[in-house]
Amino acid sequence: MVNDTAFAPWDDPQAKPLIRFDGVTKTFGNFTAIDDIDLTIYPKEFFALLGPSGCGKTTLMRMLAGFEETTKGTITIDGQNMAGVPANKRAVNMMFQSYALFPHLSVADNLAFGLKRSDMPKSEIQGRVDEMLRLVQLQKFAKRKPHQLSGGQKQRVALARALAKAPKLLLLDEPLGALDKKLRQETQFELMDIQEKTGTTFVIVTHDQEEAMTVASRIAVMDNGKIIQVDTPDRIYEVPNSVYVADFIGDVNTIEGTVSAISGENAELTWGDDTPALRATTSADLTVGNSAAFVIRPEKVAISTTEPDRHNRVQGAVEDIAYLGNLSTYFVRLPNGTLIKAQTANDRRLSQRSITWEDPVWLSWSDTAGIVLRG
Amino acid sequence: MRRFTWFNAISLTFGFAFLYIPMVILVIYSFNASKLVTVWAGFSTKWYGELLSNQAFIDAAWVTLKVAVISSTVATILGTMAAFVLVRSGRFFGRTLFSGMIYAPLVMPEVITGLSLLLLFIAIGLDRGVFTIVLAHATFSMCFVSVVVSSRMASFDRSLEEAAYDLGCTGFDAFKSVTLPIIAPAVISGWLLAFTLSLDDLVIASFTAGPSATTLPIKIFSSVRLGVSPEINALSTIIIALVTMGVVAASLASKRAIVRQHREEQLADK
Ligand SMILES: Nc1ncnc2c1ncn2[C@@H]1O[C@H](COP(=O)(O)OP(=O)(O)OP(=O)(O)O)[C@@H](O)[C@H]1O
Ligand SMILES: [Mg+2]
Repeated sequence: MVNDTAFAPWDDPQAKPLIRFDGVTKTFGNFTAIDDIDLTIYPKEFFALLGPSGCGKTTLMRMLAGFEETTKGTITIDGQNMAGVPANKRAVNMMFQSYALFPHLSVADNLAFGLKRSDMPKSEIQGRVDEMLRLVQLQKFAKRKPHQLSGGQKQRVALARALAKAPKLLLLDEPLGALDKKLRQETQFELMDIQEKTGTTFVIVTHDQEEAMTVASRIAVMDNGKIIQVDTPDRIYEVPNSVYVADFIGDVNTIEGTVSAISGENAELTWGDDTPALRATTSADLTVGNSAAFVIRPEKVAISTTEPDRHNRVQGAVEDIAYLGNLSTYFVRLPNGTLIKAQTANDRRLSQRSITWEDPVWLSWSDTAGIVLRG
Repeated sequence: MRRFTWFNAISLTFGFAFLYIPMVILVIYSFNASKLVTVWAGFSTKWYGELLSNQAFIDAAWVTLKVAVISSTVATILGTMAAFVLVRSGRFFGRTLFSGMIYAPLVMPEVITGLSLLLLFIAIGLDRGVFTIVLAHATFSMCFVSVVVSSRMASFDRSLEEAAYDLGCTGFDAFKSVTLPIIAPAVISGWLLAFTLSLDDLVIASFTAGPSATTLPIKIFSSVRLGVSPEINALSTIIIALVTMGVVAASLASKRAIVRQHREEQLADK
């Protein structure tokens, strides 16, 4: 994992970004696919784009690769304005979601394809191809045609082909979509390993937020052609800047209310008629009387049968229990109808579980566990 | 295994009889010693000998072959280019009109195509001969090539070309090294289609052929009008033999290709 205390060029005002989007807009006819985006990505980053289907992730990638022109704004790569620079003149390679392996060429010829069109001397090409085959552990398959490979092997060929020219920037559009969970995890680590070895900057599109969390140095959460938040994985998870991001990444409980007190980072939110005000932290620009949303992750909500000694506590009844193996999620209905999820680790056997359906329980959390966001 | 039934056997017999009896009769009569086509007078190969010494037929055959090879090659190049542009250029003003116009000659009566070409050649003062037949055949068979190739192009994965650009290809290089090898089977069958269309064509060729050049179908047709001669039977038999050999060779070649691919696959696994 990229250690963000050691590697955080985005906090360094001296750092020179590799990619810069300045007010980039892309429209197809009268449909706006990318809406006025500003974004900087730094060398050696592993940058993840996350967002619902159709939000413009692929379009953003295709503009970087040179397959789409920007409608407005400029994209700069390594200080060079990319307007009018065709795909074959960019030090950018893309790994396609469909792999796009050339079916008439063997694995080795697929890998050599880009090298033959670079200024690499002919004598060195074979060596580079072998090196790439070794990297993705496909030495034995060099002579095969793509249709004789499994999905995972194809994906590794596609990755090796995109890496062969040692691009400054590698774009990966849902590279691991076709793999099962285990192979996916292995490949994620392989990707991170390759990224560390080669020092290439990666931009990856994924639907899988766990994947984004695992591999990325920073994550951009997109919605409808806009970037909602760009941050490190832990900050995206712990301090989302909007209910949208909180809801999109992981599971969350949301309670709507009104700000009743605020001092620095601490805020209080009143909600419901006969419920006590909730205490939480906030970094949003709020004043007393604003309507706001309180969000808290289920794993930060403690569940107990006795009344806990905490300010933030509510009483309810267990409506449902989802058993996930290592974790259990309790769905607790409060008297006013709100449903709150609480997640606990199953450190005991199922048969010894002390809480079951219909039990009256207390839910509680610390004053800093939840955050208040603009509603 | 399917079971043998009398119904199947009889339908098979009738079907094949319907298709092949006329040709069998033609082949048999080509070995007839008599000059009268309908009277059998014993076995002889003399008509084959006469055919080979008939310079007019040999010239016509030669012209036909030349026309077919050149016109189908021209048609394949133009038709592939047209298919590429129509499938690839996305939406532009008048695209539907253009693609419709490419296909219109497919349904146009040949007489009209032939007549209009004739008028054109006269208008621009082009002497009719091999060159005009080649032009005419390239014109009409190009549409067929374009139809065959564009149906393959439509299912072609666009991202393969983008991957080629991404890896440093120019537009032409991407076409040559990625698109063309992948659509090659369609291009080849387009060429074969154009080739056979040109070999067969009588109507358009008779409009555009001049006294200096006659194709085999025109020659056969005009001699048959003077009465069926055993020479024609001999010629037709030779054509049938050539076609049969062509088909057998083609299927053997494709079988060999499959075997070779199989062997490569096994080698690759070692
Ligand atoms: N060539 C195009 N013409 C018209 N609209 C397009 C074109 N390409 C993309 N769009 C539209 O732009 C929007 C964004 O598309 P894009 O492919 O970037 O989505 P995405 O975020 O990659 O989605 P997914 O996660 O499903 O791959 C979509 O609504 C899509 O319909
Ligand atoms: Mg996409």
